[in-house]
Amino acid sequence: MSTLIGPALAADLRRRGGFDAQACMGCGYCTAACPLGIDMLPRRLFRYVLFGMDAEVRAELETVFSCLLCRACEQSCPAGVHITDNVRTLRGWLLEEGR
Amino acid sequence: MALPTRDVAGILADNLRLRGSVLPIPARQATRWARELDLPKGGSTVLYTGLMYQLIPCIERLVTIERWAGDTPLARFTGLGRRLNRLVNGVAFVPRPSARERAEYDRVPADVARLLHRAGVEFGYLYEDDLYAGTLAWDLGADEAVAIHARRVVARLRRHGVREVITIDPHTTNMLRSVYPKLVDGYDIRVRNYLEVLAERGLDFPAPVHDRVVIHDPCVYARYENVVEPPRKLLAAAGLDAGEPAASGRLTWCCGGPAEALYPARAAAVAAGRVAQLRETAPECVTMCPICLVNLRKAGDGMRFRDISGYLARAAGIPGATGTAGQADPPPAPGGR
Ligand code: SF4
Ligand code: SF4
Repeated sequence: MSTLIGPALAADLRRRGGFDAQACMGCGYCTAACPLGIDMLPRRLFRYVLFGMDAEVRAELETVFSCLLCRACEQSCPAGVHITDNVRTLRGWLLEEGR
Repeated sequence: MALPTRDVAGILADNLRLRGSVLPIPARQATRWARELDLPKGGSTVLYTGLMYQLIPCIERLVTIERWAGDTPLARFTGLGRRLNRLVNGVAFVPRPSARERAEYDRVPADVARLLHRAGVEFGYLYEDDLYAGTLAWDLGADEAVAIHARRVVARLRRHGVREVITIDPHTTNMLRSVYPKLVDGYDIRVRNYLEVLAERGLDFPAPVHDRVVIHDPCVYARYENVVEPPRKLLAAAGLDAGEPAASGRLTWCCGGPAEALYPARAAAVAAGRVAQLRETAPECVTMCPICLVNLRKAGDGMRFRDISGYLARAAGIPGATGTAGQADPPPAPGGR
C-alpha cells in the first residue's frame, strides 16, 4: 500500500468541485448517526485524502459508493463538514482517475 | 455479490450522456400517464415529472437481473457489457414490466395533475421533452455528464417558454432547484414541488380519509429541500390521522434505496431497520418518493405503503385514486424480494 504523504490528492479533489474535510475534528457523531454505520467516513477516509494517501482511498471504493447520501451524518456534525459533497467528489475521482 | 462498481456506474453515466436518461425508456411509455388528461404542450408553468415514478418498474426489473447476474460468472463480463451498451441501448433488452406493475406508478403523475387542477393551478406538460433530471449520475459523481445533460434540459425548457416548473418527487426537485443553478449559467427557472404548491393554495377535501398512518419523510425532501411541513398540512386537511415515527422530519431515517443499484443487500438491511421503526407507529405508511415507496415496500412484510398523492386524490374525491382503501399492492417484480 502506498503511504505517500502529500497534498496532491486533496488539491486534485478540490479542483474537481470542492473537498472540505479540514474542519473535521474526528468526534464520530457522523458514524453514530449513519444508518449504515459507516465508520470509515469521514474520520479515517477524509484523513487519507488530506494526507494524500491515494492507495488507501482507492481501497475504500465500496465504502465510498455504498454511502446513501442521506445527510443524517451532516445533520449531526458540529463542524458543518459537507460530508455528502465530499463523497460525491471522491466518487467522481474514483471513477475517472482513481483506478 | 455486487456487480463491479465502476462498470455499473459507467453504464449509467454512458446512458445519460448518449441517450438522455440513465435508463432510457421510450417517450411513449414515459408519457402514457398523460393520455387522458389533455394537457396543453409547454407554457410558462409546466408539470415536470423527471420520469422518476414512470421508471420504477423498469429499475425493479434491472435490479432483479443485477442481483441474479452478481451471483453468476457473468459478473466478470460487466466491463464488456458497458462497451456493448455504448453501441446498443441495453435497457431495450430488459423484459417489459406488466401493465399492472406500471399502472400504480403511472397513476401518481396523473393524480398530481388532477389535484393541481382542483386547486385551480394552470399548467402545461412537455411530453417527450419531460426528461430525466440526472439524479443517479449526479449521485455517482459523474458531474461532467450531468452538466451536459442539465444544459440539454434547460434548453428544452427555454424552447417551450417555461418560467416555472412544478415537480412531483424529491430527487427531481433537488436537481432542478439546487443542483442545476450550479451547472447552467443564467439559470432562472422557478422550481416548486406540488406539495408546496397545494399547501400554499389550499385545497378542498370533500371526501376526508380518516385512516391512521405513519409518515416517512424522504431524506432529500427533509434534509436537502426543507419540505417537511407541506405534506403534514395537506394530510391533516385531508382528514388523516398521521403519526410520526421515532425518526422524522429533519431527523428522518433513510429508506436504503440509494444503495440499491450497486449494493442491494445493504439497501435491504437499511429498509428493514426503517420498516421496524415505522411499524411502531402504524401499520400503514405514507411515502412521498418513488425510491422510498419501492424499497420500503419490498422490506415491508405485512405493512402497507402508499404514495401521498393517492391519499390526497382520494380525499379530494378524484375517482379511482391509488389511496383507495382495500386496493391490493401491485405484485413484486419477478425474482424480487
Ligand atoms: S461529525 Fe463532523 S466533525 Fe465529527 S467526525 Fe464526523 S465529519 Fe468529523
Ligand atoms: S450520508 Fe452516507 S455517511 Fe452520511 S449518514 Fe448517510 S449513509 Fe452514512
